[in-house]
Parts: sequence; C-alpha cells; structure tokens
Amino acid sequence: MSELRLSRTVYDALRAHGEETYPHECCGALLGRSTPDGWWIEASIRAGNTRTDSAHNRYEISPGELVKIERESRRLVLSIAGFYHSHPDHPAQWSQTDLAEAHWLGCSYVITAVANGKAAATNSFRLAGDTEENKRFEPETIEVRDSAI
Amino acid sequence: MTIYIPTPLRAFAAGKDAVEVNAATIAAALDELTQAYPDLRKHLFTNEGKTRAFVNIYLNDEDVRYLPAKEATQVSAGDTLSIIPSIAGGRQTR
Repeated sequence: MSELRLSRTVYDALRAHGEETYPHECCGALLGRSTPDGWWIEASIRAGNTRTDSAHNRYEISPGELVKIERESRRLVLSIAGFYHSHPDHPAQWSQTDLAEAHWLGCSYVITAVANGKAAATNSFRLAGDTEENKRFEPETIEVRDSAI
Repeated sequence: MTIYIPTPLRAFAAGKDAVEVNAATIAAALDELTQAYPDLRKHLFTNEGKTRAFVNIYLNDEDVRYLPAKEATQVSAGDTLSIIPSIAGGRQTR
C-alpha cells in the first residue's frame, strides 16, 4: 500500500478549507515530490469549484486555473501530486463519479468528510493503473508530519 | 517551443516534465511530441485522432478549443503548450 505524507500545515489547511465551504464541496491541488513509497506533499493550493450549479455534491477545477497551478508548481520545483476535495455530510470515500472523472494516474486523491460543518475523516486514494480502461482507486495510508522530511 | 507534460503522463515521456519541439502549429507540435514518445498518443487522442474529451490543451493561457484556428494555430518559439487532464468529481448521489 502506498503512503501519502503531508506536513501538519497542509493537512490542517485542506480540512479547514472543507469546513469553510460547507455545505458545498471544496477543492484544491496538492504539490509535492514523488518517492518510492508515495508522495510527499509540501504545499497545497486552494482552487475554485466551478460546479456552482451543484456545489453541494460536485466539484470541478477549471483547466485554466490548473495551468496557473502548474506554473506555480514549477516555480516551487514541485509536481502536482494530487488533489483534495470534501464531501459535505457524506463519507470520505470515493464515489463512482470521483472515479469516472479521475484522470491523473499515479496521483493521490484526498477526500475529507465534513459533518455538520466540522471536518471528520480524511482519507487518501491513489489513482492506480496506466490507462483509462484499467484505472482504479487504491487506498493509501496518510502520515502527517509536524516537520519537513 | 515547450510542451509541459502533466504528472500522469510523464511516465510515457521518459519521465520528462517538459519537452522542446520545433513546430509551426499546435497540431504539428503535438505530432512531434507523439512521434518522439509514441506511448503518449493513446492518452491524448482517440482512435480517430481527436483529442480525448478529458484532455485540455492550452496555448500559453488560452484553451486551444476556443482559438479561431484551433490546432491549426501558428506558434512561435516562445510559446508554451500545457496538457491538462480534467479534474472533477463529487460524492455519491442516490
């Protein structure tokens, strides 16, 4: 099983984001470095949820915003390692919608359940496989570190 | 010009996060890219040669699908192409 390592700062920030946008889904990008065991996340960037028509159960990050996030990741000499979003009043588990709309193979998808406005469980899933046809989510452990690696 | 390769496609481009090409149009640039790294082709294009629906191509900060000439748009050495797979999702609905 792969492992996602995050700093406490990043972990707390993505959970806080979900609380702030409740009852709507929040979303953002995770920037980091790849290691043999999984991603080490050094930064997160909040993104806008363009699904204003159904923000309580859908999120989407505009490609134009992703271009800017990629530019920032290059400036920081990091890679986009994955994305996070929240599930208001719903478990921190991936849905068929999450899988159908996931295309960043090898990246981590972090989901936080936000219950009655408070962040509850945060889980991470790696998008495994090497094609659209065989992609699948595999759970990964999360390690939160209080200091840099 | 530079073509930026997103994280999920780097394994199919010899691990590179950017590839330099010398092309006159967007289509020619992408063709040069997939000639150099053939494994990228199926990730970017359908069997009919169209860009896959979830693949967004940006010329600098503009979505190619909204440019008047689309992939026939001419490019210069200082331009960049970004390949951006879509990111979306949401919780299970009943």
